[in-house]
Amino acid sequence: MKKKLLFSVLSLSFVFGQNDMSVQDIIKAMDDNLNAKSRILTSKMVVHGRRSTRTIESQNWIVGTDYAFTEYLSPPREAGTKMLKLGAKLWTYSPQTDRVIQISGHMLRQSVMGSDMSYNDMMEDRPLLELYDAKLEGSVEIDGRDHWIMLLEAKEKGLSYPKRRAWIDKEYLLPMKEELYAKSGKLLKTASMDGIKKVQGRWFPTRFIFKDELKRNSKGTEWIIGEIQFDTDIPESRFDKGRLRK
Amino acid sequence: MIKFLTKGLLRDRSRSLFPVLVITLTVALVVFAIGFMRGTMNSLFLDTAVILTGHEKIVTRAYNEESQLMPNDLALLDVGQLIHDLNQNYPDFFWSPRITFAGLLDVPDEDRETRSQGPVIAFGIDFLSDGSRQVEIWELERSIVSGNLPENRDDALISSKLADQLNIKAGESVTFIGSTMDNAFTTCNFNVSGTFNLRKGQTDKQMMLVDLSGARFALDMDDAASAIFGFTHSLYYDDEVAVALRTDYNNTKSGSIVQRLRNEQSEETLSYMNGWNRISKKEQESLTKQRTNGLNDNKMYNNAEEWGELSVEDPGIFSPFMLALRDGNQMGTMVDISGAMLAIMGGIFLVVVMVVLWNMGLMNGLRRYGEVGLRLAMGESKGQVYRSMISEAVIIGLTGTVIGTGIGLALTYYVQENGIDYTKGIEALSNSSMVMPNIFYAQVTPDLFYIGFIPGVLATVFGTMLAGRAIYKREMAQLFKELET
Repeated sequence: MKKKLLFSVLSLSFVFGQNDMSVQDIIKAMDDNLNAKSRILTSKMVVHGRRSTRTIESQNWIVGTDYAFTEYLSPPREAGTKMLKLGAKLWTYSPQTDRVIQISGHMLRQSVMGSDMSYNDMMEDRPLLELYDAKLEGSVEIDGRDHWIMLLEAKEKGLSYPKRRAWIDKEYLLPMKEELYAKSGKLLKTASMDGIKKVQGRWFPTRFIFKDELKRNSKGTEWIIGEIQFDTDIPESRFDKGRLRK
Repeated sequence: MIKFLTKGLLRDRSRSLFPVLVITLTVALVVFAIGFMRGTMNSLFLDTAVILTGHEKIVTRAYNEESQLMPNDLALLDVGQLIHDLNQNYPDFFWSPRITFAGLLDVPDEDRETRSQGPVIAFGIDFLSDGSRQVEIWELERSIVSGNLPENRDDALISSKLADQLNIKAGESVTFIGSTMDNAFTTCNFNVSGTFNLRKGQTDKQMMLVDLSGARFALDMDDAASAIFGFTHSLYYDDEVAVALRTDYNNTKSGSIVQRLRNEQSEETLSYMNGWNRISKKEQESLTKQRTNGLNDNKMYNNAEEWGELSVEDPGIFSPFMLALRDGNQMGTMVDISGAMLAIMGGIFLVVVMVVLWNMGLMNGLRRYGEVGLRLAMGESKGQVYRSMISEAVIIGLTGTVIGTGIGLALTYYVQENGIDYTKGIEALSNSSMVMPNIFYAQVTPDLFYIGFIPGVLATVFGTMLAGRAIYKREMAQLFKELET
């Protein structure tokens, strides 16, 4: 037992020695890469259904983790649909009905545009450091690149994924692969990313792949980032509820 | 001889009028009672068929497995072609697409903000097509409480219970919030053209009815449907016919679609092979079939347990699959129980009636004890007397049965068309969860044309035959002594 403990300590010190980062540092670096003061991006969501594939284009304006505005550009049926997130509240506007509907309760568990992502997934983008306690499980080499394997357990109740396991690239400091679990330990979703590029001094993926593991025969959803700008000034009026109808 | 016997019967009304009247009434009662029982059972089935199962229902195999979840992502596609084929191949039924979906119904206020909201179960029904019988089978004209039937794609009928709950009135606009067949979030406005009450307990508590076109628009289900419902033109459910049709469809039409879909998948997979385009069309077809058969023989379709990653998703799960009414939840037991009950009740009734008519035949024979003795004394043979009595019984039985069957059928047909209204009684049960019809209809079925002959002719003749046995027991030597007394 003592030998095991000594081996673990030596392994960990080797890891940290190599990268000189604590678990907290790694998570923080990951948060810094993925979050920003503000973001403006255009993206394409490719939903691989059981019988067909759909592509949905959108433009997003995001400030911190509390403000987000999305406008869908195509296909024609979805064009003009808008979504506004203000803190813990989410509204959607559809031009066909000219109604602003607040999405709450069980509707937050519904899929966004038929994808493998739920509205809850969109809502919970607070820094991981705030939400989870992390524990290093080890290191592994994937496709010739070194990764940490990190287990994150929720600090607070009510999160969609009380437990998650992440494979974090040691250079990019991004979770290249994640498994998202329910409290019971059941695997709910998997997520991965690729096409890492340096954008405005940070590593950022150009493609995310989400897969809802509860959907039978799910083929996953690709979220492809087109253009992205970080830390751009976005006027407050962008997040005005009245803007949904404009 | 028949003419002679008939004349005798007509002249002696005590031998003809009363027996014919009794047989007529009894046979009419038998025919009507059996027709009414059948019709009542059918009314019970029809309610379930209209709302949930159809006499036949076609869904995809995948939809059938998860039907409780209303999985419209597994809905039927190319429905127009499917219905065209069904109309051609099975013209004894009329076929209609149906979309079943659920979500929230949101009622806006003057500022178009949410005033009230509640869960809704909606049916997209083909109300507006030419020749559609859906308004008739849903009995909507009778069920409308306020407003009108849907006339446009955007019109909706809301159950009066849901309308009261959400405080909606005819003429208002409501927003449906739910998911498209791609599981994308969707909102769609409907104008409430009217409210309805099916008077079937809690069945319509959260119900909204819209035209199929409106449901297709809301759920992005162009030429798709959750199911295709089939009903016999007479709306009478014949279990044997339904089961035979379902078996035939699944073994032939559905089976061939499964094979076609699997072959298409095999061809697509093989087409990525190097040199695929260099081999002949015939070789391509042969390889395609080999792959499909290989996967099927080795049970590799949807068999991740055994084959892991080598398991292949079966495209056949999206093939249409037919279910008869008895294949619905516990409906098979219901159909069997009702069939057995009908047989038992009908059988007991028939036996009682037969005993009555048998007894009448017996009494008629015994009543003519003196007449028979006189005829024997005058030199008629025992056989002749016996045969003439039986012939008379046949003539009386036939006459009574034909008239009785006619009256019984006419009465049954009248109740089949007009029904007997039990609305008030059923409304008293409106708090129960039972799905009960309000009007009970009789049903004219082919067997009603001959069922009356069993008691009407056979029982009468058997009674007479039994009574006539006494003829052979009489001693010629004792005859005059008997006649003297």
